[in-house]
Amino acid sequence: MEKTSIYGLIAEFDNAESLLAAAHRAFAEGFRKMDAYSPFPVEGLAEALGFHRTRVPHIVLTGGILGCLGGFFLQYWLAVIDYPINVGGRPLNSWPSFIPVTFELTILIAALSAFFGVLALNGLPMPYHPVFNVERFELASRNRFFLLIEAADPRFDSAGTRRFLENIGSHGVYEVEP
Amino acid sequence: MALEPPPEESAEAQDSLPLIEPGHTFASITDKISAIVLTSRTPPFWYIGFGLSFILVLVLLYCIAALVAIGVGLFGIMIPVAWGFAIVNFVWWIGIGHAGTLISAILLLLRQKWRQSINRFAEAMTLFAVACAGLFPLIHLGRPWFAYWLFPYPSTMGIQPQFRSPLVWDVFAVSTYFTVSLLFWFLGLIPDLATLRDRARGRVPRFIYGMLAMGWRGSAIHWYRYEMAYLLLAGLATPLVVSVHTVVSFDFAVALVPGWHSTIFPPYFVAGAIYSGFAMVLTIAIPLRKLYGLEDFITLRHLRNMGIVMLATGMVVAYGYLMETFFAWYSGDIFEKYMMMNRMFGSYGWMYWLLILFNILVPQALWIARVRTHDIALFLIALSVNIGMWLERYVIVVVSLSRDFMPSAWGRYSATLVDYGVFVGSIGLFLSLLFLFIRFLPMISIFEMRGLVHEEEVKSVE
Repeated sequence: MEKTSIYGLIAEFDNAESLLAAAHRAFAEGFRKMDAYSPFPVEGLAEALGFHRTRVPHIVLTGGILGCLGGFFLQYWLAVIDYPINVGGRPLNSWPSFIPVTFELTILIAALSAFFGVLALNGLPMPYHPVFNVERFELASRNRFFLLIEAADPRFDSAGTRRFLENIGSHGVYEVEP
Repeated sequence: MALEPPPEESAEAQDSLPLIEPGHTFASITDKISAIVLTSRTPPFWYIGFGLSFILVLVLLYCIAALVAIGVGLFGIMIPVAWGFAIVNFVWWIGIGHAGTLISAILLLLRQKWRQSINRFAEAMTLFAVACAGLFPLIHLGRPWFAYWLFPYPSTMGIQPQFRSPLVWDVFAVSTYFTVSLLFWFLGLIPDLATLRDRARGRVPRFIYGMLAMGWRGSAIHWYRYEMAYLLLAGLATPLVVSVHTVVSFDFAVALVPGWHSTIFPPYFVAGAIYSGFAMVLTIAIPLRKLYGLEDFITLRHLRNMGIVMLATGMVVAYGYLMETFFAWYSGDIFEKYMMMNRMFGSYGWMYWLLILFNILVPQALWIARVRTHDIALFLIALSVNIGMWLERYVIVVVSLSRDFMPSAWGRYSATLVDYGVFVGSIGLFLSLLFLFIRFLPMISIFEMRGLVHEEEVKSVE
């Protein structure tokens, strides 16, 4: 297998169904280092690429629990330890009145974790990516669908993979400069 | 979404009004919506609208400068009515800010597809309304430069905020709501910013949209995580929407003033918030779709559905008014009874009856099917609700405070020029931000519309 200087090969499709079928074929063929691009979320596409789980829910749950505990104990610490004030003889740890802020902070930290969690897992912000070198790729955010097979994939060889991509219903196969 | 498709698909298909006019493709949607932003020619009405709104912003800035330099005595507030216009406007704006997140979050979880072309600008509207709302307590403080004392931070002063006070809860509720709405809105914008980056021709817009899109490339794995995060944010935002106006209502309900101290306040405030929020969405959507020719995307079906939500929440609000009156009588409490008599027949009585007219009687027209699909009629009803909801807050805040327990402490509030200046100024700020938004960002979610076209295609093949 010759040493390739390209990042991979990308095939263009004109609808979501052919991209989905192609992704299934490529996965069955044994390709693993690949990615598919679509202008809107296509159901089942990530699964077709062999991607079944995401850690996003765990991150959000952790954020929510931390926000909840942090929120409550922040108030507990301030009202009982740091700055105790006797309001009409009520107990210093008047926990029912701490619930609204605890709730708000639970939501706040969970939402921040969801937002920054999804960015971090997706590796964004990433201003440069090799696929942007393909001129046609700007249509991936309009009406075209793409399947990328990276040169780093062990089963990749430029002629064979190109032939494979051309034969699975694509409209064109382009080289991706690194 | 990762959820199962809804079973009653047929009821949806039977609806005579379409979600999107037929004949649209991914390309035509993308081009049409992004062209509004990427065109080099700004339509004349934009300049006129933005110019007029910006004049009001200048009024706002002038009033704020005067309030900071001279003091809150420029407002009409006095004892006993220390809350006045500023708090009326705060509650009014925050209520308006409820529709956006409701449309985005609750309707997403309920899988209501008609949310898709109105969610983006409804969310933007939420952000701007909450920003306007936040302004009022700030300037009402009198010394706004000490506003940060409301947040707990390690200070050398040795004092801390009082977490047993609903006013502190309010700070947390409103700032959380703003932050979460912003995250939700921006997360939804990322794929569309990538579209604008790819479609922009100039170097500067390409750079700015490119930076904002953060390198989004529509990867399937990214979409997978993205949808999961979006769904979770919607789940988190749903109880948040309900909590925010509940906490705002605690500002009143926890106090002992007759007309405020009532357990009905939280649900009745939340219903009112959704009511006024949908009214504001309609007030904005109807002119916008005409001016920008977006009738294909924001169809009569969207307007009709919003009309139905308005009618439903309006009836909840009407029930709230009824129950308030009933409680006042049934409690047997002389202060409560007096409060209600004063509210209806006192010197501010005309406001109460105007409120009933604008908020309860006029929207009854929505029972008629033809009114619900008539854009001008809907627009007028929405305007009426906006006015009615403002009057409602005025009646609650000012009228209750002006006559509390002791006749010796009674007073009469009347707004000053600065009160009106800040109020119209905040409307100007809201509209200016909205005009900037529709000029520089896609006002309809492009990627969700593509998904909708895809679904319609799949359906028509079947």
